[in-house]
Amino acid sequence: MKLIGMTSGKLRASEVLFWVLLASTYFLFPLKLTLMSQIMIIGLFAVSLDIALGYAGIVTVGHAAFFGAGSYAAGLLAKHGWNEPFGGLVLALVICTALGYLLSFLIVRGADLTKLMITIGVCVLLYELANRLTGITGGSDGLQGISMAPLLGVFEFDLYGKTAFCYSFFVVFLTFVVVRLILKSPFGLTLRGIHDSRKRMLAIGSPVESRLRTAYAISAGVAGIAGALMAQTTQFVGIESISFARSAEVMIILVLGGTGRLYGGMVGALVYMLVHDWFSELNPEYWMFWLGVFLIAAVMVGRGGIMGILAKIAKPGRAS
Amino acid sequence: MQVVIFDGVAYGMLLFLMAVGLSITMGLMGFVNLAHGSFAMVGGYAASVLMNKYEFGFFMSLVGAFVAAALMGGALEVSLYRRLYRAHPLDQVLLSIGLVFVSVASFTYLFGPTIQPFRLPELLSGSISIWGMEVGRYRLFLIITGVAVLLVLLTLLGRTRYGAMVRAAVDNQRVARGTGIHVQRLFFLTFAFGCGLAGLGGALSLGMLGLDPSFPLKYLVYFLIVVCVGGAGTIIGPFVAALLVGVVDVAGKYYVPEAGAFLIYVVMIVMLLVRPNGIVPKKGLA
Repeated sequence: MKLIGMTSGKLRASEVLFWVLLASTYFLFPLKLTLMSQIMIIGLFAVSLDIALGYAGIVTVGHAAFFGAGSYAAGLLAKHGWNEPFGGLVLALVICTALGYLLSFLIVRGADLTKLMITIGVCVLLYELANRLTGITGGSDGLQGISMAPLLGVFEFDLYGKTAFCYSFFVVFLTFVVVRLILKSPFGLTLRGIHDSRKRMLAIGSPVESRLRTAYAISAGVAGIAGALMAQTTQFVGIESISFARSAEVMIILVLGGTGRLYGGMVGALVYMLVHDWFSELNPEYWMFWLGVFLIAAVMVGRGGIMGILAKIAKPGRAS
Repeated sequence: MQVVIFDGVAYGMLLFLMAVGLSITMGLMGFVNLAHGSFAMVGGYAASVLMNKYEFGFFMSLVGAFVAAALMGGALEVSLYRRLYRAHPLDQVLLSIGLVFVSVASFTYLFGPTIQPFRLPELLSGSISIWGMEVGRYRLFLIITGVAVLLVLLTLLGRTRYGAMVRAAVDNQRVARGTGIHVQRLFFLTFAFGCGLAGLGGALSLGMLGLDPSFPLKYLVYFLIVVCVGGAGTIIGPFVAALLVGVVDVAGKYYVPEAGAFLIYVVMIVMLLVRPNGIVPKKGLA
C-alpha cells in the first residue's frame, strides 16, 4: 500500500501550510465564516469516520448516530443550564466514546453484512428515538433555544460567526493533532496492519478484536466532538443531524477526499461543501443526481479520492 | 387482534416479495446491494404508467412491472454490478447508494414528488368474510401471491436443474465453477429474476404502501432487516423474517402508535444478537 516511515511523526511543511491557509480564511473571507466553521466541523466528522472505515476497515454506514448523539448531548446540556462550551464537548466525547465502545462489541464480531446492518440499525433507531421524544429533543422541529455562554468567559458568540470560527478552528485542530498522534503511533500501525491482513496480524499475536473495538470507540468519540461543535456553533440541533442521509453524506465526503489518508476527510469536506454552496440555488434533485453519478464513477474509476490523486502527483509515500 | 395479524401477514408478504431477490443477491453473489428498493420502484412506476396511461389491466401491469424491473436489473448487472462481485463491500455500498440517489432524483424529475395515483380493480376492492372475519380482498390477494411465489421459488430451487446449480454456487462458488457450471450466466439470470420479483412487489405496494420517489430510501432498512434477520442466501429465512417484521410493525403501529417504527429496530437488534447469522443460516438454500 503506502510507504510508512516511523519518522513521519513530525508536522510536515505541507501540513503546516494547510492549517495556516485554513486559519487565514478568517481574514480572506470574513463573510463566509459560518460556512468555513461548518466545513471544518464536517471535516472532523469525516476524519472520525476515516478512523473506523479507512484505517480499521470497519464497514459502517451509520456514523451519524454518534454525530447526532454528540449534538444532542451538547445541545441539551446547554439548554438545561450549563452554557459553558467546553463542558458540552467533554460530555459529548464521554457519551459517544462509551456508546461506541458498547456498540463495538456487536460490530466487531459479525460479518461485513451484519456490521453494516447494525450500524444502519442503530442510526435509524436513534433517529426514531429523537423523533419520538418530542418533549426532550423537539422531535422533527429540532432542538431550539440553545444559548451559549461567552467562550472562556470573554468572547461572545457573535452574529458574524467570528468566535464560532476561532472556537471551531482550535477544537478541530487540537482534535486532529491528537487523532494524528494516535494514528501514527504503534496502535495506528496495528490498525493499518489489520486493515491489510487480519490473518497475519492474528498470527503475530496482535489482539485484533480489542484493537478494533478501541478504534471504533475513538472514532465515535471524535464524531461526538464534531457533533457537539456543530450544535454549539449553530445553536440548533436538527433531527437530520442523526439521519441516515447524514451518514451517507459523510461517507461521500470521505470517499471524495480519499479513505485511509489523514487529510482525506478535511479536503473532501472542503471541496464538497464549497461545491454544494455554489450550487445551492440549484434544484436539490439535480444535486442528488450528480452526487449519485459521482459515486458510481468513483467506484468504477477507483477510489483514491483527491488525496489519492495528489499522492500520485507527489513522490510516492509523501502525501498521507 | 385477528385483523392486526392478517394485515401484518399481508404486509409481510409484500416485504418478502421485495426482499427475497436481495437475499439471493447477498447470499449467492455476496453483493451488498442497497439499491434493491430502486428496482421495486422501477416495477411500481412501470405498472402505474401501464395502468394510467396505456390502460392495461391490473394483472397485465403486474407482468409488465416484473419484466421492466428484470430488464433494468439485467442491464445494470452487465454494465455495473458484474465488475464489483469481488470488490470490497465498501465499493459495493458506494455504488448502490449512488444508484439509489440517481434513481430517486430521476424519478422525481420524471414523475414529480407526489404519490402515484392508483385505483384497485373491481375484483380486488372491498372486503370478504372468511371464517367470520372481515378481510380486505386486496390483502388476501397479497397473501395468496406471496405464498404462491414462495412455493414457486422453493420448487424452482429445490427441484430443478437450474435450482441445483444456484444452490451449488451459493455453497461453494469455486467448486461449482470447476464442475462446469457457467456461474456468470447464473448470476446474471438470478440477479435479473430477483429484480423482477422486487418489481412485482413494488407494483403490488401501489395499493398498500403508496409509491413515491423516496421509496428506495424509505424501505431500504426494512429490506435489509428482512434479509439480515432471516439469513442471506435462503428463501425460508426471509419469508419467516418478513412475516415477523410485518406483524410486529403493524401490531406496533396499532397498539403503541407513539413508539412508531422504533419497535421494529429493537426486534432487529435483539434478533441479530440472538442469531447473528439469521433465523435460517445459509447452508444450502431453502
